[in-house]
Amino acid sequence: MSLMGQDVLTEDGLFMVNIGPQHPSTHGVLHLKVWLDGETIVKIQPHLGYIHRSIEKMSENLSYRNFIFATSRMDYLSAHINNEACALTVEKGLGIQATPRAKVIRIIMAELTRLASHQLWWGCTGLDLGAVTPFFYAFRDREAINGIMEETCGARLTMNYMVPGGVMYDLHPNFQKHTKDVMASIKKNLADYDNLLTGNVIFEMRTKGVGVLSKEDAISFGCTGPTARASGVSCDIRKLFPYSGYENVQFDEILATGGDCYDRYMCRMAEMRQSVNIIEQLIDTIPEGDFQEKTKAVIKLPKGEFYQRVETARGELGVYIVSDGAASPYRVKYRSPGFSNLSALSQMAQGVKIGDLVAIMATIDLVIPDIDR
Amino acid sequence: MKEPGYFKTIYLSVRSLLKGMKMTGYYFTHLKEIQTEQYPDNRATLVMADRFRGEVIMPHNDLNEHSCTGCQACEIACPNGTIKIITKQEILADGKKKKAIDQFVYHLDLCTMCNLCIVACPTDAIKMGHEFEHSVFDKSQLKKILNVKGSKVKAGVE
Amino acid sequence: MKTIFLISLSSLARHIHIWLEELIGNPNGVYITEMTIVGISLIVFLVVLCFFLGYAERKVAAFMQIRLGPNRVGPKGSLQIIADTVKLLFKEGLTPTAADKFLFHLAPLIMVITAMLALAPIAFAKDFQIFDISIGVLYVASVSSMAVIGILMAGWSSYNKYSLLGAMRSGAQIVSYELSVGLSLISIVILTGSLRMSDIVMSQSDGWWLFKGHIPILISFVIFIIASTAEINRAPFDLTEAESELTGGFHTEYSGMKFAMFLLSEYINLFIVSAIAATLFLGGWMPLHFGHWEGFNHVMDYIPSSIWFLGKTFIIIFIIMWFRWTFPRLRVDQLLNLEWKYLLPISMVNILVVTLMAIMGWHF
Repeated sequence: MSLMGQDVLTEDGLFMVNIGPQHPSTHGVLHLKVWLDGETIVKIQPHLGYIHRSIEKMSENLSYRNFIFATSRMDYLSAHINNEACALTVEKGLGIQATPRAKVIRIIMAELTRLASHQLWWGCTGLDLGAVTPFFYAFRDREAINGIMEETCGARLTMNYMVPGGVMYDLHPNFQKHTKDVMASIKKNLADYDNLLTGNVIFEMRTKGVGVLSKEDAISFGCTGPTARASGVSCDIRKLFPYSGYENVQFDEILATGGDCYDRYMCRMAEMRQSVNIIEQLIDTIPEGDFQEKTKAVIKLPKGEFYQRVETARGELGVYIVSDGAASPYRVKYRSPGFSNLSALSQMAQGVKIGDLVAIMATIDLVIPDIDR
Repeated sequence: MKEPGYFKTIYLSVRSLLKGMKMTGYYFTHLKEIQTEQYPDNRATLVMADRFRGEVIMPHNDLNEHSCTGCQACEIACPNGTIKIITKQEILADGKKKKAIDQFVYHLDLCTMCNLCIVACPTDAIKMGHEFEHSVFDKSQLKKILNVKGSKVKAGVE
Repeated sequence: MKTIFLISLSSLARHIHIWLEELIGNPNGVYITEMTIVGISLIVFLVVLCFFLGYAERKVAAFMQIRLGPNRVGPKGSLQIIADTVKLLFKEGLTPTAADKFLFHLAPLIMVITAMLALAPIAFAKDFQIFDISIGVLYVASVSSMAVIGILMAGWSSYNKYSLLGAMRSGAQIVSYELSVGLSLISIVILTGSLRMSDIVMSQSDGWWLFKGHIPILISFVIFIIASTAEINRAPFDLTEAESELTGGFHTEYSGMKFAMFLLSEYINLFIVSAIAATLFLGGWMPLHFGHWEGFNHVMDYIPSSIWFLGKTFIIIFIIMWFRWTFPRLRVDQLLNLEWKYLLPISMVNILVVTLMAIMGWHF
């Protein structure tokens, strides 16, 4: 076929379309090269690097207190959990633990972050599938959570509230009251979410049976988080390798078996309810005491390698620090969930339509700075 | 699970669609649910959270004194090189020499509001201000000198 | 004063006609002058209408999305759309280097022209119609489906892969949904026995078809609303634009006033399908009458016919807007499934039932 006298098809008769780096549904600067046969996707190739800021290299020149802040800019929707991962790794190196109060604060903050992240994801999923209104309902609830964050941490998105040994400062006096109010309203609004999108027949048609990721593929691509759990892979770090006191909290690991977009969606919806559940368990029983373990002014990790994994809103984040005994890490490596989840995209998007590609990208919940770092 | 029949499918689909329309219809008719704030009209009544991090400021008291000793802890703590402290040697009344700040240079354009300098400061000389409207037409205006001209260190702050 | 003017829209037209006859004398001259007046007033009406619809859509969207919507330009933001038009007027109209220039410039014009053509047989008020053509329904159905030519032209000439995909989608979409629209229009034609718009309106003087046509007409009304929403490419059937998939679909490459023309044609089309639904199913300019409630019927007669017509039209427009701000978008194959598996068979059976109803005289 030719368009305006120029051949637009590749040799094997496919139609190549660049989706991104500037495209409404890639949520950032992801570039996908897509080969189409009509509207059906034959091949897909992600191109990365448009937002690479060498956070890992930067961290090698920063002290152990300072390098934490940059991780907020990786997966900016679970900034808190990223910070926590770094703080936990440094604590592991120092051989200390956060104070009991700090541990509980960390869990509550992490779950609030997870809720806010999933709410944004819910809104964006609606937006990607063509429904604009969910976005605003999601943001209404997310703003309430951000308000809590702002009150206690001083910032809404990149909080930098975690320090090695605990948290930066104590909870705001209004924290418990506000959190309870917000949890009550979120529990009410989750029903709204279901009315608007979950049960909607168009939404079900768009997601059920679309972008199936088998259990074997999920494991071999290294998928984690709700993306893998929807395929039946038990991989919740909070359950399997509890950190920061998650072993003392009652919650369920959400597993599904279908591995399609609808299951990924339902996994995240159920996780929101679990997060509310976790916060409600802890909010009344925050132990008194110090919010921060005393650490030396200049932290030096002993020679060695330290690894800590946490469960962010997107999956498993691993922080790997190699120390040569100096005041800054010798090498830092982040194992980010978005990168592995993205790699499964080409498998999931075999033979689907362009509209489905958008649905798949929405439900694996990509945050592009997390992929590139 | 048995697939619902042709007419059952239609009935269920229409019902699910009407459910969604009922929701948007509810919000359409209940305007008190509107969430938006009218910034900048509400500037006068806008209250930021007490811990809100807008910019680094250095409070001065009525006698034009601050508490910065020029120890450079904040400069070391800053991950981005936002703070530069230029010190000078001050000759005290008894003839002894003492280090004091000449200029506390703060590059707002580099700052990520991570709060590490505030935590590092041993004398609580700097804190986070609530101002957030930082837009300027020229980047050079974002380089700020935090200590007021002619200001001194508070007596007793070491 | 204003009420009198509205009541006598038809007498106003008659007075102008008599005055022009006295002034010019030559019937051809009168005809040409009248056509010019009609053309100018139509364009003014459409521009005002689009300002209103644009504002209404933003406000409807905003209120459904717990926002305030435009509220800065003019009282309650009512002049926002004028500000936007001025902005679009001053914007540079970019043309891609590789585009087919002639078709690229022609496409938005075709869109607006076809949209405007369909307005001709619509009865805005009692005896107030531009062209009471004897095949009014057929005319509207055929003219409105010509919009696909504009979309295909825009998509093809833009030399953009997204535009091409969007245009190709619209071809399949409009051709399919034209069938359901046609069949649901025919169900009314069967009952009235006439394609003329004025006859259809007059046939509803004793009750709107939606009420006296029982369930079959209700079904064809619902099918008409769904299928015409698809035909004018509005969400949840806006696959030709599909901003999350194809960035802008067929109008990706358009900017400035040419883009505004696509917007204009979208709103005119929205008005037309709603006006036709109002005319065919809700009695056009006929006031609401209930059997024997003489007092109530008398009060309803006092409301000018143009208000009745516009009121009904805007109610249907609101419903279509409500769809748009609630539902996710369908996929391209599901869109065709919906038409060929559900809407078309149902409307075919429905037509048989309506025919039976017409023969047996089961309607009121």
